[in-house]
Amino acid sequence: MTRPEGQGAEGLGELMGAGSIAPATEESLAAEITRAHAAREPLCIEGRGTKRAMLRPVQAARTLSTRNLTGITLYRPTELMIRARAGTPLPEIEAALAENNQQIIAEPPDLTAMFGASEAGTLGGAVSANLSGPRRIMWGAMRDHVLGIRAVTGEGEVFRSGGRVLKNVTGLDLCKLLTGAHGTLGVLTEVTLKVLPRAEATGTLAIRVPDAAGGVAALSAALGSPYGVSGAALLIEGHGLLGLEGIIALARIEDFTESVRYRLGRLRTELAAHGEATLLDTAASHAVWRSVRDAEPLGATPEEAIWRISVAPSAAPGVVAALGRAFAAKLMLDWGGGLIWVAGPAREQAHGAVMQAAAAAGGSFTLFRGPASLSAHVPVLPEEAAPLAAIARRVRAALDPLGLLNPGRMRG
Amino acid sequence: MISLPAPKPDILARRDAILADLGRLLPADAVIGETIRMKPYETDGLAAYRQMPLAVVLPRTTQEVAQVLRYCHANGIRVVPRGAGTSLSGGALPLADAVVIGLMRMNRIKEINLEDRYAVVEAGVTNIGITKAVEGDGFFYAPDPSSQLACMIGGNVMMNSGGAHCLKYGVTANNLLGLTFVTIEGEVIEIGGNYLDAAGYDWLGLITGSEGQLGMVTDVTVRILRGPEGARAMLAAFDAVEVAGAAVDAIIGSGIIPVALEFMDKPCIHACEAFAHAGYPLDAEAMLIIEVEGSVAEQDMLLGKIRDICARFNPTSMKLAESAEQSLAIWKGRKGAFGAVGRISPDYLCMDGTIPTGELPHVLKRIGEMSVQYGLGVANVFHAGDGNLHPLIMFDANDPESFRKAEEFGGDILKLCVEVGGCLTGEHGVGVEKRDLMTTQFTLRELDLQRAIKSAFDADWLLNTAKVFPLADNPKIAA
Ligand SMILES: Cc1cc2nc3c(=O)[nH]c(=O)nc-3n(C[C@H](O)[C@H](O)[C@H](O)COP(=O)(O)OP(=O)(O)OC[C@H]3O[C@@H](n4cnc5c(N)ncnc54)[C@H](O)[C@@H]3O)c2cc1C
Ligand SMILES: Cc1cc2nc3c(=O)[nH]c(=O)nc-3n(C[C@H](O)[C@H](O)[C@H](O)COP(=O)(O)OP(=O)(O)OC[C@H]3O[C@@H](n4cnc5c(N)ncnc54)[C@H](O)[C@@H]3O)c2cc1C
Repeated sequence: MTRPEGQGAEGLGELMGAGSIAPATEESLAAEITRAHAAREPLCIEGRGTKRAMLRPVQAARTLSTRNLTGITLYRPTELMIRARAGTPLPEIEAALAENNQQIIAEPPDLTAMFGASEAGTLGGAVSANLSGPRRIMWGAMRDHVLGIRAVTGEGEVFRSGGRVLKNVTGLDLCKLLTGAHGTLGVLTEVTLKVLPRAEATGTLAIRVPDAAGGVAALSAALGSPYGVSGAALLIEGHGLLGLEGIIALARIEDFTESVRYRLGRLRTELAAHGEATLLDTAASHAVWRSVRDAEPLGATPEEAIWRISVAPSAAPGVVAALGRAFAAKLMLDWGGGLIWVAGPAREQAHGAVMQAAAAAGGSFTLFRGPASLSAHVPVLPEEAAPLAAIARRVRAALDPLGLLNPGRMRG
Repeated sequence: MISLPAPKPDILARRDAILADLGRLLPADAVIGETIRMKPYETDGLAAYRQMPLAVVLPRTTQEVAQVLRYCHANGIRVVPRGAGTSLSGGALPLADAVVIGLMRMNRIKEINLEDRYAVVEAGVTNIGITKAVEGDGFFYAPDPSSQLACMIGGNVMMNSGGAHCLKYGVTANNLLGLTFVTIEGEVIEIGGNYLDAAGYDWLGLITGSEGQLGMVTDVTVRILRGPEGARAMLAAFDAVEVAGAAVDAIIGSGIIPVALEFMDKPCIHACEAFAHAGYPLDAEAMLIIEVEGSVAEQDMLLGKIRDICARFNPTSMKLAESAEQSLAIWKGRKGAFGAVGRISPDYLCMDGTIPTGELPHVLKRIGEMSVQYGLGVANVFHAGDGNLHPLIMFDANDPESFRKAEEFGGDILKLCVEVGGCLTGEHGVGVEKRDLMTTQFTLRELDLQRAIKSAFDADWLLNTAKVFPLADNPKIAA
């Protein structure tokens, strides 16, 4: 398999050489940062580096990895919380939770294939990238479930925020600030997550819809129903593996077995006017939602860039049409239409079209995966208004005065 | 007793000129300077503390808010933002040299979009007002603090308020999409929007729960959700607190997440029953109220499972509501709990701390011991699913010694919460009330970091000064 430009396995090998440090304790990680601070030396922050092609490349001679800070440190199933060191691989956490029939709520995607990685990503990486999957529409984003963190500032100081309880409004919530900050405000060393029981059963209604507008309308009707839809995606190219052809709207229910059966029946009746519907059972649902979660139906090739656009769902068909006109965009919708996955040529013209379409729809975009040849020269996130950008600089200066952590990763 | 910083003498001296300036910035009826008309703003839900402000302004638009903030910033005048003033931690308590900016006149619902499931409302719209505007179509706004008839969405954002249903639906932070945010410099910034994930730093998350420390909020875009087909409650009573706690663990461990899971101890059961006549079991040591959602058949199925789980713990009694009316009756006592305690004790302090639920028996036992030690009654009611305690400490406001003891007792409870791995506040905020306890939960360096972030937004510390952060060692306030 070929890899996106500049993200080859060879590059990975180089970085893991002399330039990489992977301390095994929080203390030694803090000491490394203190040293880097004294030497005014920028650091590239990583878990296992599987998301190196996300956003923008970091210019730093040395990489600081949390891959050796591993292990679950506290798990209380009846308190709906789990705590682990930042470098713990996600599959290890999922496995511990599965033993107690629980799960990570935000359903973070496994993007191994998309990023051409061969090993699993870490908890710290998933939180730092605020990766949330389909369940986000009902149960919230990764950032909604981070109860507590331990982290190290750009000066090498360890600090905590939050804790281990589900409700906490004590002081400013730095957990929220660090979640999704891509390591630019501090290095996470430990994360406490809220978790939930896994549903006993899952079922999905797959509706063949005439076009994107019809699909979003069907999903809005599903989400506006009283049946607790926990996944609502639109597959523009159908789903070959499941033999679903045409444009397919998917609505998922997760609950006790009797409830799933009952709710799917009601939903099917309520959505009858939107198109012909097929029912997928638990096994088929797991398969289809796993692929939606990991954006497989997008069918992006390794050379292509991948964007994520977030808009109000009813604006999605307009974005889909605009991008179809601008370039040969491959598209897939999740979150009832509110999340648009886009794949296309890794060129400035396509990127410009994405930025424009997101802005015209009043939404937000991310250059999710792209070669450095593109991402180093374009904004990978929308620009912030000047007063907010000024606040952002001051906030960053409060946590990382010399700007040594992941310089350039998010904004110039 | 909580102290407030010394007012700036130069500001007090310029009071008339400041009032005249504000009168030029805003329509005449939006500026209040007479003592008698400022009286309603003198205190909030922490009524033991009162302070007359320098002036009160009641703007009607974001631009007016921005103008007042710009003016106050330019002139070094402190500002106290205010919604409905129901804060129980003194978050909206004025300062003698501060202008109170009240947003109750910003009470318009600007947009409702059922297809995309959001509403844009001004900060002064009440919490219940949002649900009222959409319930005709079967939708609702999820966070439901007990104060929801009065409290305003702007105040909810700043306190990150929760309610009985947040075990399933989350707190305010989980139900927001966007804010119109005005900085102390008078800059108007749009944060987020009408979509789910704004890329970049999570400003929405940082501002939510910041207790008016970072800026003011004038418009809020909230998620609205379609309500379930129905909901029904049950009640289960036990002869020991530990047993009720174990039943809670067993329910959650079974994979059921009820929409509400409330816990009351014996004194609270008695107070509520005397007030609401809800048929609560007076012989029980602890009682749970559990609510589930769905169709009637689903409710039956879930309540059946929960009843079977509770039965394993030898309940002294159980009662499943047969109808919506019976559910309401079960809730009536709980919803009126604060009022009910108000009837048996003219004054009480409503505390708010959170603990890991596994520590419940230990913490309730310790609170009982402290109650004896301080000679003050206490009733406990809380959201059991998330360990958010609300001990109501009864005292006599006419006796200063009794008030002093109540505050000390409250402080001891909060310290105990932190000791067992919990935190100082689950939903009422730090305000002035818990400000000086912050050092029990955070190291000085951790507090410094938070203060540095506050300074990144408000370099001169004009916004809600003297709240949230301890006064000691704070060069920004000492002046
Ligand atoms: C069951 C399951 C299995 C999964 N398996 C895989 C898998 O095999 N492969 C895969 O790619 N994803 C997998 N994921 C997806 C996972 O959500 C993220 O991709 C992954 O956690 C990212 O981790 P990383 O260490 O590789 O990130 P990195 O690429 O190292 O980092 C991502 C971003 O976060 C920053 N960062 C990383 N660590 C820290 C830290 N401690 N503090 C501050 N900033 C930090 C980085 O600078 C970077 O900006 C899986 C998810 C699930 C649910
Ligand atoms: C009987 C009773 C029951 C309660 N039950 C609950 C409950 O179940 N759950 C719960 O969470 N809380 C509860 N509370 C506490 C209180 O109602 C909440 O904290 C509520 O969110 C406060 O809203 P408010 O509009 O009254 O805000 P205020 O009290 O006016 O202000 C609260 C804080 O926010 C700031 N503020 C207000 N508006 C703005 C704005 N627009 N911009 C910037 N800052 C602003 C103020 O400066 C202050 O710090 C209860 C209170 C009472 C009296």
